[in-house]
Amino acid sequence: MSDRFETHEHDVLVIGAGGAGLRAAIEALGQGASVGVVSKSLLGKAHTVMAEGGIAAAMANVDSADGWKPHFRDTMRGGKMLNNWRMAQLHAQEAPERVKELEQWGALFDRTEDGRILQRAFGGHTFRRLCHVGDRTGLEMIRTLQDRGVHMGFDVYMECTIVRLLTDGQRCGGAVAYWRETGRFVLFKAKSVVMATGGIGKAWPITSNSWEYTGDGMALAYEAGAELMDMEFVQFHPTGMVWPPGVQGILVTEAVRGEGGILRNKNGERFMQRYDPKRMELSTRDVVARSIYTEVKEGRGTEHGGAYLDISHKPAEYVKKKLPSMYHQFKELADVDITKGPMEVGPTCHYMMGGIRVEAETAQSSLPGLFAAGEAAAGLHGANRLGGNSLSDLLVFGRRAGLAAAQHAKEVSAPNLDEVQISAAESEALSAFQRQGGENPYAVHRDLQNVMQNLVGIFRIREDMEKALGELAKLKERAAHTSVEGSRMFNPGWHMAIELKSMLTVSEAVTRSALVREESRGAHSRIDFPELSPEWGTKNNIVWQDGNKMGLRQERLPELPAELKQVLAEDK
Amino acid sequence: MADATLKVFRGNKDGGQSVEFKVPVAPGMVVLDALHYIQGHLAPDLAVRWNCKAGKCGSCSAEVNGRPRLTCKTRMDSLPQDEAITVMPLKAFPVIKDLVTDVSWNYKVNKKIPPFAPKAGADWKFYQDDVDRVQEFRKCIECFLCQDVCHVLRDHHKYEQFGGPRFFVRVAGLEMHPMDGVSRTKLLKDELGIGLCNITKCCTEVCPEDIHITDNAIIPLKERVVDEFYDPLVWIVRKIRGAPAS
Repeated sequence: MSDRFETHEHDVLVIGAGGAGLRAAIEALGQGASVGVVSKSLLGKAHTVMAEGGIAAAMANVDSADGWKPHFRDTMRGGKMLNNWRMAQLHAQEAPERVKELEQWGALFDRTEDGRILQRAFGGHTFRRLCHVGDRTGLEMIRTLQDRGVHMGFDVYMECTIVRLLTDGQRCGGAVAYWRETGRFVLFKAKSVVMATGGIGKAWPITSNSWEYTGDGMALAYEAGAELMDMEFVQFHPTGMVWPPGVQGILVTEAVRGEGGILRNKNGERFMQRYDPKRMELSTRDVVARSIYTEVKEGRGTEHGGAYLDISHKPAEYVKKKLPSMYHQFKELADVDITKGPMEVGPTCHYMMGGIRVEAETAQSSLPGLFAAGEAAAGLHGANRLGGNSLSDLLVFGRRAGLAAAQHAKEVSAPNLDEVQISAAESEALSAFQRQGGENPYAVHRDLQNVMQNLVGIFRIREDMEKALGELAKLKERAAHTSVEGSRMFNPGWHMAIELKSMLTVSEAVTRSALVREESRGAHSRIDFPELSPEWGTKNNIVWQDGNKMGLRQERLPELPAELKQVLAEDK
Repeated sequence: MADATLKVFRGNKDGGQSVEFKVPVAPGMVVLDALHYIQGHLAPDLAVRWNCKAGKCGSCSAEVNGRPRLTCKTRMDSLPQDEAITVMPLKAFPVIKDLVTDVSWNYKVNKKIPPFAPKAGADWKFYQDDVDRVQEFRKCIECFLCQDVCHVLRDHHKYEQFGGPRFFVRVAGLEMHPMDGVSRTKLLKDELGIGLCNITKCCTEVCPEDIHITDNAIIPLKERVVDEFYDPLVWIVRKIRGAPAS
């Protein structure tokens, strides 16, 4: 093994310090494993802090008829039946326990009149189901997990970026990373690795995602030999800010609609009447996003190309109490007082349903020793995620990944790190410094974002996606010839050059998967195939690295057991 | 489109200087947009910490025209248009590079604070009235602007004896939690040095989450410390019994 680099050894290495990563780390620690947590940012800044609306869990505190079966049913229907049924079942069954646990670790949720955790309505959920803290639920969750983990004693490697997973034969055994501060390399040796790196939104220009969402985890897993699944399903959240330009894409929580917000077009029509008269504003995200997009496209959009979202009919004090960060966000960034007038909103790239293919019970990927949870993993949400099901996903499958990773670590010997792989990772990461006069990586990123926005956005069509594949090949070439200025010390241009590769890999996987799926289902809408196809309804797209090219095949969805078919057949 | 001039600190722990950049201004633009423009077009190696760009993560703290602020919430049109905008790193922490500072000290302080531990027999039934006050403290996004502006840290460098406003807010969020069963008053007095705060309220002024740090967190905690350690009646009882009264 290489002694050229600083090296750390753990039973379980968790990559990513958002909700899923922290929950996995806590569980692995509880099992007696030594745990390291690596994060690209400072601890507590992960994308989970931006989650606003709440955690979906059938606690039945507000609507006593709720239970795991209705939650399971809503999740499967919301996902257009493409979900992994076992994940959806485990998720619905275990989420209430995970929320209670969070409360017992100190999280302070809003309360019901009788002193329990309050739950609010959300799109696609039959009952009021989202446990929340105003509109900053994610912040409460991450602080609670962060504090618990720190005091239980995991080692945190902050501002540290993984550039490659290391394999020992047919299993995952560690990773190569660099410190953002110094640019120096660091090695991690681990019996189990949990990937909890979140999504891929930064491949689109209009996104609610932070800079970290460059698809690293999926790309690293893919390169190490793990399979990806459902990569065509990218969720566009219906309500992002549209004006002013600098704030375009910033999330406007679904809780605005959950609390009674109404959508109108420029003519004052409550247009959801046309698209989903039953559920109206609380329809699923895929439907609401397409509806707003269609209104704008057909000339009924607002001045800045969105729809109006209005909560000002509610008492001002109530709005400030239940949606405080929305109130401040609009007041400070858009000069709009949401207690007095409507917001302008439009779709924004928000969430990746697809990701690393995992086994439902253990969250293990197709590469032994590599586990994945949260947004980086695929399966739970199928073709479309319901709001609130993400935070519960992080807790349920973060815990399961941590548990299985710790168990796996007990069963295997310490891996050997391969000098050849380490050297290859090192020279690849540094290559942008060797090249002179190449392009600025930021310019390549801007062009990549435009390709994905214009050609692989909310509505898709064959010609666009074929064109996108050609463009992506050119961008890959350009990305391989960027050069960076300055030193290795905290150099964002260099970081971007490295992350570009991840974004290009996941963008290609999204485009290839979307091109072959000749139907419209959930978040995947084809202009040339506008209907659901019964045949495609039984298949997942699987992507893997096949030599030098990207392999793509279909696999049959696991068959639903009879008792769950029965659950789905029951209404409410 | 008019151009704005930014004077941004470029350097590291050994020093540096402000460098001027011209940036085109768009409606509603914030200072972080201008810094991103610089990275994207003029200086790709400009070091800036940021994450959400929506005022929720507290990463992009800097001193804009001398005032500690989140750059993602500082509108360009709120600053004087006819002069250069200065952007400096937080002064209370060592510079790593450009606008990025070493804030690891804060994580060390946090580790000293005993975590939430429920009271024995807690039934987990409590009401909105019980949590309203505590939820205010839990809005904190750890931007460390309050730490940066606090003169005990910024000017007097009492990093060993003092925890700073952020961690008084943190302790308040635990101490006033209706189910918490741990006392942190001794820690406040001895290790976090709450007595060093002379309630100038600078921290409250810069808080982007509008937490009333001084009035709602620090003063009530100071009162708890006084009640427990400096109450003359308690002192007499302790003397007589030879044991702590609380």
